[in-house]
Amino acid sequence: MSYVIQGETGDWELVIGLEVHAQITSKSKLFSGSATDFGAEPNTQVSLVDAAMPGMLPVINEHCIEQAVRTGLGLKAKINLTSVFARKNYFYADLPQGYQISQYEYPVVGEGEVILDMPDGSTRTVGIERLHMEQDAGKSLHDQHPSKSFIDLNRSGVALMEIVSKPDMRSPEEAAAYVTKLRSILRYLGTCDGNMAEGSMRCDVNVSVRKAGEPYRTRAEIKNVNSIRFVSQAIDYEARRQIDVYEEGGEVVQETRLFDAAKGETRSMRSKEHAHDYRYFPDPDLLPLNLTQDYVEAIKAGLPELPDEKKARFIGDYQLSPYDAGLLVAEQATADFFETVAKGRDPKLACNWVMGDFAAAMNRLGRTIEDPPVSAANLGGLIDLIADNTISGRIAKEVFELMVETGKAPADIVAEKGLKQVTDTGAIESSIDAVLAANADKVAEYRGGKDKLFGFFVGQVMKATAGKANPAMLNDILKKKLS
Amino acid sequence: MTAMSDLTKLTLAAARDGLKAKSFSAVELTRAHIDAMDRNRALNAFVTETPDLALERAALSDAKLGKGEAGAMEGLPIGMKDLFCTEGVRTTACSRILENFVPPYESTVSANLKKAGAVVLGKTALDEFAMGSSNMTSAFGPVINPWKRKSDPSARLVPGGSSGGSATAVAARMALAATGTDTGGSIRQPAAFCGLVGIKPTYGRCSRWGVVAFASSLDQAGPMTRTVRDAAIMLGSMVGHDPKDSTSAPVAVPDFEAALSGDIRGLKVGIPKEYRPDGLSDEISKLWEAGVDMLKAAGATPVEISLPHTKYALPTYYIVAPAECSSNLARYDGVRYGLRVEGSTLDEMYAKTRAAGFGEEVRRRILIGTYVLSAGYYDAYYIKAQKVRRLIADDFAKAFETVDVILTPTAPSAAFGLGETDDNPVTMWLNDVFTIPTSLAGLPGLSLPAGLSADGLPLGLQLIGRPFDEETVLRVADVMERSAGFSAMPAGV
Repeated sequence: MSYVIQGETGDWELVIGLEVHAQITSKSKLFSGSATDFGAEPNTQVSLVDAAMPGMLPVINEHCIEQAVRTGLGLKAKINLTSVFARKNYFYADLPQGYQISQYEYPVVGEGEVILDMPDGSTRTVGIERLHMEQDAGKSLHDQHPSKSFIDLNRSGVALMEIVSKPDMRSPEEAAAYVTKLRSILRYLGTCDGNMAEGSMRCDVNVSVRKAGEPYRTRAEIKNVNSIRFVSQAIDYEARRQIDVYEEGGEVVQETRLFDAAKGETRSMRSKEHAHDYRYFPDPDLLPLNLTQDYVEAIKAGLPELPDEKKARFIGDYQLSPYDAGLLVAEQATADFFETVAKGRDPKLACNWVMGDFAAAMNRLGRTIEDPPVSAANLGGLIDLIADNTISGRIAKEVFELMVETGKAPADIVAEKGLKQVTDTGAIESSIDAVLAANADKVAEYRGGKDKLFGFFVGQVMKATAGKANPAMLNDILKKKLS
Repeated sequence: MTAMSDLTKLTLAAARDGLKAKSFSAVELTRAHIDAMDRNRALNAFVTETPDLALERAALSDAKLGKGEAGAMEGLPIGMKDLFCTEGVRTTACSRILENFVPPYESTVSANLKKAGAVVLGKTALDEFAMGSSNMTSAFGPVINPWKRKSDPSARLVPGGSSGGSATAVAARMALAATGTDTGGSIRQPAAFCGLVGIKPTYGRCSRWGVVAFASSLDQAGPMTRTVRDAAIMLGSMVGHDPKDSTSAPVAVPDFEAALSGDIRGLKVGIPKEYRPDGLSDEISKLWEAGVDMLKAAGATPVEISLPHTKYALPTYYIVAPAECSSNLARYDGVRYGLRVEGSTLDEMYAKTRAAGFGEEVRRRILIGTYVLSAGYYDAYYIKAQKVRRLIADDFAKAFETVDVILTPTAPSAAFGLGETDDNPVTMWLNDVFTIPTSLAGLPGLSLPAGLSADGLPLGLQLIGRPFDEETVLRVADVMERSAGFSAMPAGV
């Protein structure tokens, strides 16, 4: 059942496309040697080129080209061997040149695709329309002085990739899944750190609504939606707003809207009547960008295993469910952690531990996979102790918490605390005998058909052995004794 | 020891040789030119004079000359067009909007010249942002050509433009040479009006880094000198690949002076029939024919060629150049540097600043450029112009399959008087009708003085070469220079 919003006049379908601005991971800017570090003092990372001083000229940063091509390949997209930088002309105080150098008619990357991993384990494919490189603008600071605006040019000239999707998404969840997946791919590729809080990734969302079977209706563009949660919220709000407009007999106007995260609503920024005429034309300061197929192939050869491939491998090699595999591969570091834990061990058990107690402890303690509460080696060691019957799964949970607390190796904890599982048949038998003797009435009831009491006996034996009795052996012996 | 006033009459080459021979010092040579600047201040050739810096530099040059470490331009006083950004020295582009702009950096070309030892006397005037052919659009008053009409010596003539300050400075012997920049003829036309040699090298020969941009795909720096040899010497110290300019060509720098072999036997010289428009003056026609005869006499073969798209060059240029200028000049917005006129809103500040900062011609070209790039007009104007530009370049490429160099007039007339043109800007634009096609094709073009008009004013002929073949252009120019024997000087110099 596809996603619809029920209106007064019937069901409405959503049509969503995203333009994601991803900051290229690069030490220097797209056309200058200035640094790109986040959080630097205002106007400390500004070259003569970034400030558009007279006579200054852009020179393309080759690393940024490589990153864009790498990203294109990661999106399974067509790489255009010839692309052209164009000037997008408009006046704004934080745009020093009076134009943004971008790519317009001839972007470096053409059509590609992103496969979404939906929460129910299914997948959906969203088309990529294009990817082009462009400069970021500076930042206007309106809150520093009662009557003046200040300008920080640190961001001016920072390299961005604008990644434009096709209008292939049909629900807020799909849009969120798209941003999540795109972010994951960029992080795998090392071409964008995906840090939305620092503005390394920003989304413009195009939304329209229509009745089933209709062609596209007018869309609104929502600017600068800066978290995945806001993407869903903004789409939901905007779709309902448009439905209301139509159902009240109005028409949606093509316009740019701003998402107000505090109020959870979108509001009009400027309408089409005031739309800029950007007067794009090829930048005469830059030659067309010509790449060779060999250059592209060399970058392709150096691509890492990407989330989709990794997920397929996890499903195939480790017999994981698509859902588990999808979660594990979302972050490369998590996938690597899992693989270290799973190596030579039961992958399903490894997966359960990584996604279960380990993930819970990480969240609870506010740790990260790069700074884990328990090392992969120790978590693996714990699983080994379970596998070789040294400890039971139940004891393992205790050991795990002690590992988190102390950082010690699981074998040491088991030895120190005497948590080694009792696998001595004689010892288990004598514990069982004692329990059965002390509960002769219940034994009679059990034998009389009250099967449920089996658990009671297990509990009593466990209690007597402080939980260390090997559960499988306990079950076997108990069954024999009671039969 | 040569008399001080004689020092200003030397060619660049002779001054170079004199310095090496210790016949005079760089300080003496520089002082002689500073004196000439003082005497000729009424010509308004310089926007900013830097005599103290020049004398300091000259003293350094003398020290280097003494140690035998002289660069190719060591101790030679030159003028620097005020479009080249010069570190610590005001750079105005002759615009109010940059009236007080002091760059913290040095353009590559001016840095190259300084590295070669050149002594910069000051910044020479130009049409505002290099937009003009008369120097009348400068925000700091017109520059006066030192040449006078025999019939009316009182008439004040223009030096041409946009490199008019440089042209006047060299013609009036205030500098041994000067830099120019050429977008549609801004070196060649003033060279012709002032009896000088001026070469616009191949697009990409000189770095544009640090040169205030007018039209990026056309702008190119070059020398303005009194002889072809001087042009060859100075050009060698300006050019070279610059990684800071993506359009700078990674080509080797030849020894341009060594190209002046004096031998042009067997060369084929193209004479384009389209450069004979209706109304071309008899004088210019005759000068051109005389040029052909000189080449024939030197053993070259004239060949009539056709450059069929020539007539579209001027309209094409007046789409491409304003389009680029409208965008290039957007940075002069009052926000970071240059003139700011406060307004109550950002838009008002922009409008007031740019209205006060830009003169009429610059505003006209920004408006034209904005128009031709606008949605709905872009295809009809800008795209069409780019296609025609390609056809014009193809015309030349085809011609150069059969000829080695092309000879044409430089300008349709001799220097005109201040205020003698009508108010129609197109009349002024026609000055560049012979130089613009070369610019659009990115080819090297040189103007050399080939004779005087009946009224005693210099007239120039243009030689156009293959891409990066400045050597052939200079070799042919050198031979023509000898044949023409142009030795006239402006009265009073």
